[in-house]
Amino acid sequence: MVELKINGLVHQLDLEPEAPLLWVIRDEIGLKGTKFGCGIASCGACTVHVDGVAIRSCVTPLSAVAGKEITTIEGLTDGGPTAIQKAWVANQVPQCGYCQSGMIMAVSALLKVNPKPSQDELDATVSNICRCGTYERIRAAVAELVASAEG
Amino acid sequence: MRTRRFVLFGGLATSGALIVGYALWPSDRLARFDHLAAGPQERFLSNWIKIAQDDTITVVVPHQDMGTGIFTALPQMAAEELDADWNKVRSEQAPADPEFANAALAEGFGLSREGIDPQSMPPFLRELALRGFGLIAEHMNLQVTGGSSAVRFTGVYGMRVAGAAARTMLVRAAAERWDVEPDSCSTRMSRVYHDATRRSFSYGELVGEAARFDPPLDPPLKSRRSYTLIGKSLPRADIPDKTNGTAVYGIDVVVPNMCYASIAICPVFGGKLKSVDTGVISGRRGVRKVITLEDAVVVVADKFWRATNALAELAPVWQDNGNASINTAAIYEKRRSALDLGPLVEDLSKGRGERALEGRIFEAVYEVPYLAHATMEPMNATAVYHDDKLEVWSGVQDGLGARAFCAKIAKLSLDQVQFHVTKLGGGFGRRLPGAFNYLDYAVKTAMAIPGIPIKLIFTREQDMRHDYYRPNVLSRFQAAFDDANRPVAWINQYTTEDGSNPEAHIPYAVPNQLYKSVKVNTPVPVGAWRSVESSWHGFFIESFVDELAFQSKVDPLQFRLSLLEHKPRHTAVLKRLALEAGWRTPLAGHHLGVALFESFGTIVGEVADISVDSHGSLQVHRITAVADAGTTVNPNGLRAQLEGAIVFGLSAALYGMITIERGSVVQSNFPDYKMVRLKECPRIDVVLLDSDAAYGGGGEPGVPPLAPALTNAVFAATGQRFRSLPLSAGPFRVPGGSTLVR
Repeated sequence: MVELKINGLVHQLDLEPEAPLLWVIRDEIGLKGTKFGCGIASCGACTVHVDGVAIRSCVTPLSAVAGKEITTIEGLTDGGPTAIQKAWVANQVPQCGYCQSGMIMAVSALLKVNPKPSQDELDATVSNICRCGTYERIRAAVAELVASAEG
Repeated sequence: MRTRRFVLFGGLATSGALIVGYALWPSDRLARFDHLAAGPQERFLSNWIKIAQDDTITVVVPHQDMGTGIFTALPQMAAEELDADWNKVRSEQAPADPEFANAALAEGFGLSREGIDPQSMPPFLRELALRGFGLIAEHMNLQVTGGSSAVRFTGVYGMRVAGAAARTMLVRAAAERWDVEPDSCSTRMSRVYHDATRRSFSYGELVGEAARFDPPLDPPLKSRRSYTLIGKSLPRADIPDKTNGTAVYGIDVVVPNMCYASIAICPVFGGKLKSVDTGVISGRRGVRKVITLEDAVVVVADKFWRATNALAELAPVWQDNGNASINTAAIYEKRRSALDLGPLVEDLSKGRGERALEGRIFEAVYEVPYLAHATMEPMNATAVYHDDKLEVWSGVQDGLGARAFCAKIAKLSLDQVQFHVTKLGGGFGRRLPGAFNYLDYAVKTAMAIPGIPIKLIFTREQDMRHDYYRPNVLSRFQAAFDDANRPVAWINQYTTEDGSNPEAHIPYAVPNQLYKSVKVNTPVPVGAWRSVESSWHGFFIESFVDELAFQSKVDPLQFRLSLLEHKPRHTAVLKRLALEAGWRTPLAGHHLGVALFESFGTIVGEVADISVDSHGSLQVHRITAVADAGTTVNPNGLRAQLEGAIVFGLSAALYGMITIERGSVVQSNFPDYKMVRLKECPRIDVVLLDSDAAYGGGGEPGVPPLAPALTNAVFAATGQRFRSLPLSAGPFRVPGGSTLVR
């Protein structure tokens, strides 16, 4: 039995320790917002937070996260949409939307440690792939969040 | 109206295939729509619009959502003509049912192919053509999302007319109740008014009576001046769910008792499975069944990762069907010698054609590589087969076409197959008919384990190695100049997989032109890749024009303008582009390249602003785009499409190359098939010229100019001409580094 804490809820799972966190989140817990993109930690579609840090869940075995706080896109809430999600809507960021859960989780982890990232810092930190090419709008949304953090 | 239709189409009616108007069905058939897709309080007024008693208006969209914004833009077009209260308008995916076949799309494709403007046709002919297209759409099971067609075809021929027809029916219902002339009534904000007596009804109050009428064939359409919704950047309705994880894609579908399937397809194109020893994984935890197909092995397990890990233990023996010798170099040689030896088929000749090739002649050959689509959501489908019935869930670019495809694979009738379309995690052509291998494998897997729903997911490696690729294409140009250094002959010969491409024809005023193509097929499967033929001819033409400008010693933007005096829209785009991009005033050390291409009814010009340092490091600083998409429905949505198309084009131009060795694709995942990420993404500025021209397409036209604008800029910076892509295969260090060795 492995004990997993996801979005504040504790789950007991009878699974191999090497089970990938991504598929456990999606198919055992049933939280489908975290996506499969590459399976090798390259694209970032599977990004979740472990103890507040963005990690790529597709290569993270269950054994590495037992007892830690895992947050998925579904757990990213402020009693409603967070400021990041509102900025995503205001800037009409998503197109197909498939990568955006991971993108938002990566950006929110960055903003936690650096609430006012420069564009260079954002670009250097968030390496997730968006095949629809929404990068300029991601930058605009983050710039808006930075501006409101300053204001 | 009724009589005329009877006289003209009585024969069709008896065959049960009566089609009315611009893809609008008569009222007796609308009852079937209500049955298929309306709630208890709703009625269909045409096949694309239903209205509920609480005034909610639902626009049924015969396309799929792959993120281009058409679930907002199309309702905008319908609501405009309906005089609807936008706050009460929502949209819904059309069921994958022949009743919702997209006749407007067939009509749009048909008319644009023939070059016929429906408005210019006499009404009699027009009706005939329209009814005919309706039949074609149904016959073809057409519900496709592609060809940048949603706004310019479905919107123009379907949604606007459906909205106007519904409005006419609602007015007629109100006029009957009040016993007044319909002409004395007006509509605004989802209400019909009789201004003279200050009475009004909401649309919801009228829908029951209005639904008794047949939609008129030729309802009056608004003039552009009176638009209140078309032209507004209304926010997209699909976006909130795409920020909180609740949007449902094919990979997210949940069916009770579902198992997961992982597949290994024969790596060699056209190869078959010879044998596989499944003993090594028998008894493994969670594994339910190993299924052998003609050219693949599938492991079905209770978890996807268990299926995938078990599959990796197998060592299938493949038989290559003689294709193991195929490689990129041999394919290139085959195309190159076909260009030399033919048989070349003439497509178009203007003026004196080849005979004008005299005096000073300039020649160049270009090449583009195979490309994968690499949608973020890998191909997948969920299927269950039981008692001669099949149910399938998948994100596809043609729900109805996919249903028909699955029926064919399962040897069932259309009625025995249910197909549920989900959102698409990227499409770009990968999920169009003709590229349904994931449906094929999912249906066959489901049939091999009846009663158990299976979700088949391609790993990224399977997805990349079993795509339908943008083809590798070669193109040779020859041009002759007159004494004033103006080009007088343009001769172009190119390879093709399926026939001649009108996309090769240039807008430039060169008096003598000749186009020839030679068909070369290989075992490598090819398919539509965002902007299709324009993705290669755009690069070829706009590179060669740039070379001619250099040969003529004229500024490349000025050179294009001098050949476009007869094309006012192209000229306007280029002139605005020169201003927006600062063509005459690049920053110190920066170099600019320009390209201009019309595709899918939209003209896009792009300027790439780059620098190359002394170590050969290329930096892309900024892309400026100016587009004339005619009448623009949702400007912010169109801008988003152009921004995305530029990034899509940039990934391809910098890194994109699928190579074939020993009959198989070499690349397998994002480390060796790279994508532009934030760090490599330049600043992008998009300017829209809202012109009086017809509605243009939005999803694809931003792709073709990107690669030539970039390579033209590299030439301006270094004097090095890239006649083949990608840039990472060349001598420069490209942003994000290079992993490709040519």
